[in-house]
Amino acid sequence: MATKEPQINDPMIDARTGEYREVAPGHTFKSVTEKISRIVLTPHTPLGWYFGFVLAGGFVGVLLTAVTWLFLTGVGIWAITIPVAWGFAIVNFVWWIGIGHAGTLISAILLLFKQRWRNSINRFAEAMTIFAVICAGMFPLIHVGRPWLGYWLFPYPSTMNVWPQFRSPLLWDVFAVSTYATISVVFWYIGMVPDLGTLRDRAKSKPAQFFYGFLAVGWRGSVRHWVRYESASLLLAGLSTPLVLSVHSVISFDFAVALMPGWHTTIFPPYFVAGAIYSGFAMVITLAIPIRKFYHLEDLITMRHIDNMNKVMLATGLIVAYGYSTEVVMSYWYSASHWEYFMMWNRMFGPMGWSYWVLITCNIALPQLLWSRKLRQNVAFTFIMSLIINTGMWFERFVIVVTSLYRDYLPSSWGTYRATKWDYATFVGTLGLFTFLFFLFIRFLPMIPMSEIRMMLPQAKVRPEAEPQLEAGD
Amino acid sequence: MAAREGTYGLLAEFETPTQLVHAAENAYAAGYRRMDCYTPYPLEEAAEAIGFHQNEVPLLTLIGGLLGLGAMFLLETWISVWSYPLNIAGRPYFSWPAFIVPAYEWTILWSGLSAAFCMLAVCGLPQVYHPLFNAPNFRSGATSDKFFLCLESSDPKFEVGETRSFLEGFAPVSVVEVEY
Repeated sequence: MATKEPQINDPMIDARTGEYREVAPGHTFKSVTEKISRIVLTPHTPLGWYFGFVLAGGFVGVLLTAVTWLFLTGVGIWAITIPVAWGFAIVNFVWWIGIGHAGTLISAILLLFKQRWRNSINRFAEAMTIFAVICAGMFPLIHVGRPWLGYWLFPYPSTMNVWPQFRSPLLWDVFAVSTYATISVVFWYIGMVPDLGTLRDRAKSKPAQFFYGFLAVGWRGSVRHWVRYESASLLLAGLSTPLVLSVHSVISFDFAVALMPGWHTTIFPPYFVAGAIYSGFAMVITLAIPIRKFYHLEDLITMRHIDNMNKVMLATGLIVAYGYSTEVVMSYWYSASHWEYFMMWNRMFGPMGWSYWVLITCNIALPQLLWSRKLRQNVAFTFIMSLIINTGMWFERFVIVVTSLYRDYLPSSWGTYRATKWDYATFVGTLGLFTFLFFLFIRFLPMIPMSEIRMMLPQAKVRPEAEPQLEAGD
Repeated sequence: MAAREGTYGLLAEFETPTQLVHAAENAYAAGYRRMDCYTPYPLEEAAEAIGFHQNEVPLLTLIGGLLGLGAMFLLETWISVWSYPLNIAGRPYFSWPAFIVPAYEWTILWSGLSAAFCMLAVCGLPQVYHPLFNAPNFRSGATSDKFFLCLESSDPKFEVGETRSFLEGFAPVSVVEVEY
């Protein structure tokens, strides 16, 4: 799409292809290394960083308060009751883990498809995955009521002689989410080792040298190591790809295996995965736009990235739209079931029907504006759109969890759901925790993979004849 | 194992990957075998040039994955059939389709952990000390923007004076003698 009418005098556009460049022209190995490592190694932390860090820290305080009160009192402080026994905790769990999925998609699936533009955004997308999984993993744990007994979920030889029940999707979740968290951390760390070596070698202060030296495990850039490193990265990417698809499928089984109108449907696994990627890309954009502005990274996170991410959002948004329409067709017409029919009618026009229309507006109607190339390349618009999609995807999970449950088979047991202040405090608190961890990450770890950016520079290629070095720098 | 004193090798620094690969190919052709290249990003041509082909990581990953798969499936079967049989909605004790999901996750978990940690292990990492870091120009360049070729003293063909003039023939930025 971006190939038509290129503005030739814009240096960020490649004259040969007419597309935005992945890296601004004129960069050298040294300039890339300096630009990225300076953010971490500078002795002068920007004031804005302190401001954001302290603000996010305040919200972590809210989370700690909410969770402490929860542990002291019990899950009764939340709005969950019968009939809506799964409230904000599960909504937030699914929302957070979905956000994490874009990180894995960018780092793994786009690597396998040789999408070079992913290189500059993959590190912080992976960081986003890990922090989102931390926020997500917390919810089922605190939702069990007695989180100090959470280890009962794992199969271990206990004196009670009790073992987990492997036919339940809730137990599958334990394995899916714990594997996902572990592999994401490992993939992220292994990908960072060469860059940690760079930071170790460039750090001036002793504590920094020790810190990065410890994490870099003695990396020295030997080509024998690089060969193995590259194959380990590819293998991890190849393994993360089926993993990320399976994780959200397993989470959708939590709903789909239950015999509940609104949940019991086979469209859930693919539509959950597409929705996860949809919201995750929105979150990557939400994070990338302020970061590239604040740290002046427009050279490395270019309009090409923003445009491409918008296209991915548009595509996954359409898959999600297909999922919603399938649900409607199944319930209203194909199922021929009164309960299914009523569930869908109630979801759209019942007392909580407003949430369905918020979801449709945010996830389907407004994102259609992304068809316009002009809007896709408008940073402010893209940022606002990413927030809208994140809101919409949160409401999707809210609609699935709450509007399927609050009016079940017997009118005498109908109820409603109104979140308490502790529900809100916990949710806002995890937003704070996520931001807090992200601030730590951008201050102390290289947020853009230096070695992968070096590889993308034109001078990185070995030229067939020896010594024609003058062409360096494109 | 070479003696841990004296010269580790001669380290030549180059500005471009092309020069490095050219020098490495020639060194290999001249009969040097104990050598290594150091680059700031993965450079397959350099690995080819020094004749490095063995890569154990895929096999180790496969083994790890199969062990994870087997371990979890057997654990599930043993628990559900022998140790703690429960009647869940009338399903058979050996409900293998339900066991696939955790077994699948463990396949990925153990192959991923094997890929990562076996990669580090076969590279000999973590390593607390390496003589190359004694070279004055290595730390400022190898992980940032320079390309290095090191011919090691443990190679039978290595002789300090001769090897130095051999390396200088490729017009490097510098040739440094690295001490243990």
